Amino acid sequence: MNLTLKIWRQKNATSKGRFVTYQVNDISTSSSFLEMMDVLNESLVIKGEDPVAFDHDCREGICGACSMYINGHPHGPDKAVTTCQLHMRKFKDGDTIVIEPWRARPFPVLKDLIVDRTAFDKIIQAGGYISVNTGGIPDANAIPIPKVNADLSMDAAACIGCGACVAACKNASAMLFASAKVSQFALLPQGRIEASERVQAMVAEMDKQGFGNCTNTGACEAECPKEISISNIARMNREFLSAKVCAPKVKEQSGGGI
Amino acid sequence: MALTYSSVTKKIIMALAGLFLISFLIVHLSINLLLLFDSSRESFNVAARFMATNPVIQVMQIVLFGGFILHILVGIILQIQNWMARPTRYKIEGYSQSSFFSKFMIHTGAVILAFLVIHLFNFFFKAKFGEMPEVMIDGTLMEDMGLLVIEKFKEFPYVLMYLVWLLFLGFHLDHAFHSALQSLGLNHSKYTPLAFGLSRALAILIAGGFILIPVVIYVTQ
Repeated sequence: MNLTLKIWRQKNATSKGRFVTYQVNDISTSSSFLEMMDVLNESLVIKGEDPVAFDHDCREGICGACSMYINGHPHGPDKAVTTCQLHMRKFKDGDTIVIEPWRARPFPVLKDLIVDRTAFDKIIQAGGYISVNTGGIPDANAIPIPKVNADLSMDAAACIGCGACVAACKNASAMLFASAKVSQFALLPQGRIEASERVQAMVAEMDKQGFGNCTNTGACEAECPKEISISNIARMNREFLSAKVCAPKVKEQSGGGI
Repeated sequence: MALTYSSVTKKIIMALAGLFLISFLIVHLSINLLLLFDSSRESFNVAARFMATNPVIQVMQIVLFGGFILHILVGIILQIQNWMARPTRYKIEGYSQSSFFSKFMIHTGAVILAFLVIHLFNFFFKAKFGEMPEVMIDGTLMEDMGLLVIEKFKEFPYVLMYLVWLLFLGFHLDHAFHSALQSLGLNHSKYTPLAFGLSRALAILIAGGFILIPVVIYVTQ
């Protein structure tokens, strides 16, 4: 198949970017979207031009590195896949594909389609862990956990931190990401111990990073490659509210960077 | 002050104020519907007098104004922060599957607020400070609020204005009840689908009920 690509090109973090149109020909319908990008980049290298920079790592849909906002969808038009798992058969011969980087203030563009997602790491650093000393492996059934909670926790832990929720949200809100990370611990007895400090610290960091607020539109849930449910956001709100009412005061930060 | 509250706290404030405003709309609508069921306007006028004189209602009126101001101000602050969170917009955007009206809450809210000011001047301030026609009911002289409403809705431009306004109210309400529950963390795999249905039902019943009043008055008078 032959395609027209409109790709955001930006030399570095400080330069002004623009869309550049490219033609790619003879793309196999079985190739992945990233392989199509590889074909484009090879042709650019042969011509002596700068190849399009984009994030990628595992190419099997589990690392969360690949991003790209394709024709108005993070990770493209297919449901529940990352860009590396998006196949070219989802497009038609002669299509024009517009490829943009994630757009959010806390995710500054570094080059072309690569954005800096350090803001997510900061949220994790604020509380997305359990403070226990490492040691011997505990007995598997020492702490009984209801199956429902174990499943819900596992579903939340499926989040790969790719940032599609932020990219899809009209407010560039990171609530789905933060709530998945809060939920995976809050649902388990080991995570309950620090639950109230964790939710307050992670929400505070999320706001400090300048992400927007949640309008409960559900775009994040629809675009999430791991199909994380917005019921996690409700759980985070619930955890936050009970922590605020019951736990000692923690200084709050405002969203949107102001 | 509201600026330093966290995103979740602000959403909780929006939700609580919003739910309170919904309860006000239900009371307001129930009283208004009396006009359609009692052509003598007596029950409506008695209810209007109760709302204007009862001391508890008078205190609630101040709470109501507070609720409106809080909902509007926090809503504006949230929206400004949301716009600031994405300084560069996408070339192609808004294709993600999401509830339609949820994307336009600030816009429908702004339309509702603009008409609300006109509405307050039409009825509330007139009843509170202006000259009112009076009527004798059960030996007490009362302001004939019902007559004021009926006179207003004999004019076509007003009927049209209220129709548009109330449609926007319905759009706003479509993403109100269930969204407030979600913000408050009240989510449940069994009852959340019900909350979505209830939210739409509330939007249709409240907006539809209010729309009925000017339309019926205009058609029958």
